[in-house]
Amino acid sequence: MRNILSYCAAALIVTAQPALAAPEEPAVSDPSIKPSAPTLPVITDGTTLFEQFGGRDGLTKIMDDVMPRWLQNSRTRPFFANSDQERIKLQLVEQFCVIMNGPCEYSGRTMAEAHRGMNVDEAAFYALVEELQRSLNAMKVPFAAQNRLIAALAPMHRDIIDK
Amino acid sequence: MRKLSQSMTGTNIVAMAVAAAGLTSTAHANENNDTSETAAVHESASESTAVAVQMSADAPVEVMDDTTSRRDFLPSGGRLLLTGGVSTIEGAGGGGLVPWALIGGYGTRDQVGVSAYATGVDTKDFTLASYGAAFNIANRVELSVARQNFNLREVGNALNLGNRYTISQTILGAKVRLFGDAILEQDSLLPQVAVGVQYKINDDEGVVEGALGLEREGVDIYASATKLILSKSLLLNATVRLTKANQFGILGFGGLGGQNQDYEAQFEGSVAYLLSRKFAVGGEYRTKSNRLEGALGGTSFREEDAWDIFAAYTLNRNVSLTVAYARLGQIALRRQDGAYASIQIGF
Repeated sequence: MRNILSYCAAALIVTAQPALAAPEEPAVSDPSIKPSAPTLPVITDGTTLFEQFGGRDGLTKIMDDVMPRWLQNSRTRPFFANSDQERIKLQLVEQFCVIMNGPCEYSGRTMAEAHRGMNVDEAAFYALVEELQRSLNAMKVPFAAQNRLIAALAPMHRDIIDK
Repeated sequence: MRKLSQSMTGTNIVAMAVAAAGLTSTAHANENNDTSETAAVHESASESTAVAVQMSADAPVEVMDDTTSRRDFLPSGGRLLLTGGVSTIEGAGGGGLVPWALIGGYGTRDQVGVSAYATGVDTKDFTLASYGAAFNIANRVELSVARQNFNLREVGNALNLGNRYTISQTILGAKVRLFGDAILEQDSLLPQVAVGVQYKINDDEGVVEGALGLEREGVDIYASATKLILSKSLLLNATVRLTKANQFGILGFGGLGGQNQDYEAQFEGSVAYLLSRKFAVGGEYRTKSNRLEGALGGTSFREEDAWDIFAAYTLNRNVSLTVAYARLGQIALRRQDGAYASIQIGF
């Protein structure tokens, strides 16, 4: 039992990420919006993770694959059906690229501003993640690498769900 | 009949569980929105789907059933696969032996859910069958009821109780999530924390109350802390339980002759590694008290810690299967280990 607990403690300690040079967060045009999670939380200073996603081209393919899934899933469809899907795909490519330390610049808004008033509920948030997981599986991104990206995106729930 | 009971092996339990799964998964096949990773393209005249068809020309897209109607009728099933854990042998959501702070099922903060399970554990001398159901509200409250049948098989004969003598108990459980979200708060080490109670009512007047003279009712109180460390694909859980139970309550509560009636703290831990979004492997450990040792002289009725190594697979949001090697420690005269198989259905 003591061994198990010390393993748990060790696992908790290794998850603490080293401080990385964070890119500047997008400006918020409406001062009443206070983001509670970064839009661009860079999670690595290496290139391995970015390469596991196939680089920028890989991210573009993933977005081409996942957008139709989001449009078919009844829980996510309302948030994409009448949107500029090409722009959303481009900005997600840029965002994921920056988060994984790729050579990109993010041209979008903060997550807080982008989702304000959209009333995304928790089920829709998870449905989006699940469809993304299906795409990443289809694109043969290793599951552990998928989880590193999704772990970086998860805290954005505070700026997205029920806003 | 006697022969039948002797051949009751772990394989049989698995077969029974799988048979039960077949029945239920058929019933819910139409509601299942969790199809394979690649599938054919939907044909539809609706504008949004037409866009999807066009965009997926060079990328396979799976068929998604429309879940809107289900949402209207009984909203459920929003959280990610596996993140509700499975049903423990005591009915609470968690691993096989250890309750977790996660609220069972897949309901989000806006949803309710129901689930049911059946579990068999087949050890050297005994068979434990457990089944029950849980009701989950808003990812906050979990109410559960479980029934355990502990079959003494040949030991029943040896104790002049008759072949296949069975001790049964009912467990009413409640769990409340206090704070934290083990899944969403990935930038914090703060775990999800829940507290729970399990009110156990043992029916056995012959052995537990009669021969051993023990209390037949007891209340376990526990607190669990659970954290998914997604960047490591790792789920960790620690639980502390205040209990008077002997062998989960199957051998009653408190010590012999009215001795040893105090609550004792027991410690339980779980580790699970996610191999895919549908498949996890892991292990659990659970300490137990030892209040009945020597009831029949020597080391008889010694109670030891329990552990298991498990693999859990979720076919979809409605059906999960768990198999394990479980070691329950000594029960009665010998150490009991064997196969564990469980099926859970939910929506």
